[in-house]
Amino acid sequence: MDRIKHAFASKRNLLNTYFTAGYPSLHDTIPLAKALVEAGADILEIGMPFSDPLADGPVIQGSSSVALANGMNLPVLFEQLQGLRAAVPETPVLLMGYLNPVMQFGVEEFCRQAAAVGVDGLILPDLPLDEYEEFYQETFKKHGLKAVFLITPQTSEERIRRLDSLSEAFLYLVSGPGTTGGTTLPDAEAQEKYFERIAGLKLRNPRLIGFGIADKAGFDRACGHAEGAIIGSALIRALEDATDAPAEAARFVRGIKSA
Amino acid sequence: MTPTTSYQQPTTRGYYGQFGGAFVPEMLFPNVEELRTQYLEIMADPAFQAELQALLRDYVGRPTPLFEAKRLSAKYGTRIFLKREDLCHTGAHKINNTVGQILLAKRLGKTRIIAETGAGQHGVATATVCALMGLPCVVYMGAIDMERQAPNVARMRLLGAEVRRAESGSQTLKDATNEAIRDWIANPVDTHYIIGSVVGPHPYPDLVARLQAVISEEMRKQLLEKTGTELPDFVVACVGGGSNAAGAFYHFLDEPSVRLIAVEAAGHGIHSGHSAATSVLGTPGIIHGSKTLLMQDEHGQITEPYSLSAGLDYPGIGPLHAYLGEVGRSEFIAITDDEALAAVAELSRLEGIIPALETAHALAALGQLGAGPDDVVVVNLSGRGDKDLETYLKNMDKLV
Repeated sequence: MDRIKHAFASKRNLLNTYFTAGYPSLHDTIPLAKALVEAGADILEIGMPFSDPLADGPVIQGSSSVALANGMNLPVLFEQLQGLRAAVPETPVLLMGYLNPVMQFGVEEFCRQAAAVGVDGLILPDLPLDEYEEFYQETFKKHGLKAVFLITPQTSEERIRRLDSLSEAFLYLVSGPGTTGGTTLPDAEAQEKYFERIAGLKLRNPRLIGFGIADKAGFDRACGHAEGAIIGSALIRALEDATDAPAEAARFVRGIKSA
Repeated sequence: MTPTTSYQQPTTRGYYGQFGGAFVPEMLFPNVEELRTQYLEIMADPAFQAELQALLRDYVGRPTPLFEAKRLSAKYGTRIFLKREDLCHTGAHKINNTVGQILLAKRLGKTRIIAETGAGQHGVATATVCALMGLPCVVYMGAIDMERQAPNVARMRLLGAEVRRAESGSQTLKDATNEAIRDWIANPVDTHYIIGSVVGPHPYPDLVARLQAVISEEMRKQLLEKTGTELPDFVVACVGGGSNAAGAFYHFLDEPSVRLIAVEAAGHGIHSGHSAATSVLGTPGIIHGSKTLLMQDEHGQITEPYSLSAGLDYPGIGPLHAYLGEVGRSEFIAITDDEALAAVAELSRLEGIIPALETAHALAALGQLGAGPDDVVVVNLSGRGDKDLETYLKNMDKLV
């Protein structure tokens, strides 16, 4: 069963929540996954912390540092994810992170273990398209892992079509210029035009909008232009001072998904 | 006949052997691609070259002298020449690159410049050319480096640049580079990022090496004049990211008789846990968009390098240097903080030249070359020591 395809076929206005593995404390990974899904999250994106996350803003830089200081690394993460499918049987789960830790772990072994614990796909923002096609695609496919690619307002149509043809999950529409968790108000008019331009391309993959989506209003607006949205930094911020992180995460998701 | 290969040229995708490439998030792809598809054409344009050469001559002060250091030569029993990059405008080789890149930025229609800086020399060199061209300039600098290189922070501000403090991670050059890259992600259309070394995604390592190559181009002419041959026996340069070494090596890369010596910062000692000797401590990985040797833990997290010198404490090296070392075309020597400080004192007393702390690492390697009386050694004197006076004063016991 393709959990990603099934989710997009059976639901509308999908909420993909990102959180950093090992944050706020080392063993929160599985309890958070379970709480997020039970509260209504439709897709989970689990961040593999990295010392130098170039595409991330201060919030995820911070959660990554804390997670690393807590002792999170790929062997620990895969150990924790042994319990993933018992906690969230149906929900698509993606691992998001940077290429270097994956390279050091070994790409083949990384894919093997990810598939074995029930991960559906990977988001590696600094893995370039050419490198993916030449060196990674085959390994990903062999283990049934779907690659998710980012599209930005500057991505050319030719390149969008190429990314669309290579993807079997969804396309990650970066909402505007900037790293994750941006706080400056984007140019709403330019953004609408960009979303409409992408919608007009009639791509084969569904789209989720991410970067700077922080609340229910932002989520609802994004759902007007795509199949759903991705929220990360705002969730991490909510967990910062939480005494009960899973309960806080559930409260956050219910706030986004409330009618 | 087999085609001639050159160490100078990366592949079209920016690889030197297994090192290089452009590992950038999609947000940066258009910026990097714009640069990649245009830099060679722009740099080959005679009008660009005329403007660049005029600025190098009249503004930077090129050619810089090649000085025969006779008292230093007597001490080491070999013939030592110093390539005086410390006499460039702003006091270091860094401006060779920023002059070229600002002209490139203008031709790309960019209206805003960003840069990272470690010791502050590249930041000053960038702020300088931005003032010259009337472009706004933001320089990212690690919070710790802002403390230890305060005079350069003041210089940048005086030149009209905004200096932004990088507070993440180790708060040094690596983190300043992260912040500059994030700025570029947020400002993809109007901004050009002037990287200060032969690091980062392709085409930066090649672009910066080409702009610094003027150093070895001049060396060859000057050596011919002074020694009767263009080729020395040794070229010695310090390596953090490796831009001055790339420039000093460039026109000797395909001359196998010339030994190329890259000098790294060993900090308190290579295996002391406080070092920046990447060629020894590094393993292949990805840093700042480039596959190269870098200092990292077993899980691929980038570790914090250490050197007393703010210009050498970078956890990676340029992919060209990783490749030259791997194939044996260059040789690495590591020099500790104390050895570098001793070399500062030595050059100051013997030749009346106070070198930058980074440069002093190259000078400290002179005793380890095994150069004989008939050998010609060129040390790239990459920068002057004014910016390091405070560090030197604090370590006066090691200098006297």
